[in-house]
Amino acid sequence: MSIKKTLFAPLFENNPIALQILGICSALAVTTKMEAVMVMSLAVVAVCALSNFFVSIIRNHIPNSIRIIVQMTIIASLVIVTDQMLKAFVYDVAKSMSVYVGLIITNCIVMGRAEAYAMKNGPFMSLLDGIGNGFGYAIVLIFVGVFRELFGSGKLFGISILPLTRDGGWYEANGMMLLSPSAFFLIGFFIWALRSWKKDQVELEN
Amino acid sequence: MSANNESTGKIILVAVSLCLACSVVVSTAAIQLKERQTQNKILDVKKNILLAAGLLSSPKSSKEEIETAYGKIEEKIIDLSTGEYVDNMDIASYNERAAAKDPSRNVVLPAAQDIAGIKSTAKLKKVFFVKENEQITTIILPVHGKGLWSTMYGFLALAPDTTTVKGFGYYEHGETPGLGGEVDNPKWKASWVGKKVLARNYEPAIEVVKGSVDKSGPNADYQVDGLSGATITSVGVTNSLVFWLGENGYMKFLEKFRNQYATASVSL
Repeated sequence: MSIKKTLFAPLFENNPIALQILGICSALAVTTKMEAVMVMSLAVVAVCALSNFFVSIIRNHIPNSIRIIVQMTIIASLVIVTDQMLKAFVYDVAKSMSVYVGLIITNCIVMGRAEAYAMKNGPFMSLLDGIGNGFGYAIVLIFVGVFRELFGSGKLFGISILPLTRDGGWYEANGMMLLSPSAFFLIGFFIWALRSWKKDQVELEN
Repeated sequence: MSANNESTGKIILVAVSLCLACSVVVSTAAIQLKERQTQNKILDVKKNILLAAGLLSSPKSSKEEIETAYGKIEEKIIDLSTGEYVDNMDIASYNERAAAKDPSRNVVLPAAQDIAGIKSTAKLKKVFFVKENEQITTIILPVHGKGLWSTMYGFLALAPDTTTVKGFGYYEHGETPGLGGEVDNPKWKASWVGKKVLARNYEPAIEVVKGSVDKSGPNADYQVDGLSGATITSVGVTNSLVFWLGENGYMKFLEKFRNQYATASVSL
C-alpha cells in the first residue's frame, strides 16, 4: 500500500469507528466537551502511532504465544506516560478527563492496529497507519463532540454559541445530548451518512 | 528467526527485557514529572480557595497572580471534636484525605449520621482564613460529600458571623458534564453569595431546592436554586453542607470562633 493510502484510508474509507466499529466506549465518554475531545484525540493519535511503531520494530522477535501481552505492555506504558504528561502540562484538562486517558489502554483501535498491521509491516508504514487510524478516530469524536456540546450546552470549546435560557438566552439545552446514549445515535447517523456516500461500505444482506 | 522465537528461553528473554524497558520508561516519566504535577495540584487547590473567597476574579489566573493573592490566606489546623486550633503540626505536609482513611487518625461515621456519604472523617481538618489588617474577614472551610457519581470536594467561604456565605465552589468532582457538572457554573456559584447557611440557633439550614427559589418565601435566604436535570447532585450538595456545618463537622469550631471573635471585637 502506498504511503498516502495508509495515512488517509482510515479517515473515511476504512474508518476504525464507523466501519470496524472499534473504540466506541471512549467515543461515548469524552465527547461532551470539545476541549476534552481534542486532548483525547491527540492522546490516541500519539499512543496509536507510537505503539504501532514500537510493536513493528520488535515484531520479528515477539514470540507468537505472548504477542498480545507484549502489545498490551507497550500500549499500557505509552498510555501511562501520556497520562503523566497531561497531568504535568495541561492539568485542568487532565482533571476533567479523569480516568478516560487511562482507558486508552483498553481502546480496541490501538491494539487492533498493533495486531492487524504493525505485526506484519515495517516501522515507518506502521507509524503512518497508527497516525491515520488515530485521526480516523478523531474525526468521529469531533463530529460527535460538536453536536453534543453545541446542542447539549450551547457552547463550542467552552465559548457560548447558543445562549441558554438558564443564562438569560433563548436556547433550551437538550440534556440528553450530554448523556452517553446520544453519542450512540450520533455515531449511528455518522455511519449512515458515510455509507450513503461510500456505498461499498454497506454490508450485504444475509 | 521466527522458529526459535517460540523456545521457552526466547519467550522469557523477550518478556523480561520488554518489562525492564517499559518499567524504565514509565518510572522515568513518573519521577521526572512528579514535581510539576504536585505543584499543579497544590496550585489548583490554592486557586480554588481563592475563588471561593472571592479573591480571584477569573479561574484562568496565572501562577504569579495566584501566589500573590494567596499571601492574604492563613492556614490553620483544627480538631473537629473540640473545635480548637492544633498548633504543633506542620500544616503544609498534613494530608487530610490520607488521615480520613487512617484508623488512628479518623472518625468512622455511623450510617445514620453519614448523610454526606463519606464513611469517615479526619479528626483534624485544615481551615483557611483571609486576614486584612489583622482582622479575619473570611473563613474558608473545605467540604466534601457524595454527588451522583463521585465525591465532590469544595470550599465554602463564610463571613465572620459564620452564617453568611461569601463564596462556594467545588474543585474536584466527577458529575455528568452539563447536568450535575453545572456545580461549576459561575452563575450558580454566584447565586450562593449572601445566602445564610445557619439558622438563628446556629443549626445548619441551607438547602438546594428543586427548581427555583421562591424569592418572597420566608426561607429564601436559606435556599439556593437547584440544578436542572441534576436532582441527586443537588441533594448531595445540600447533604454535604448540612453534614459539615453540623455536629460531626465544623459546628464546635464555628461556635468557638463566634465566641472568640465576639470577645475580640469587644476588647477592641
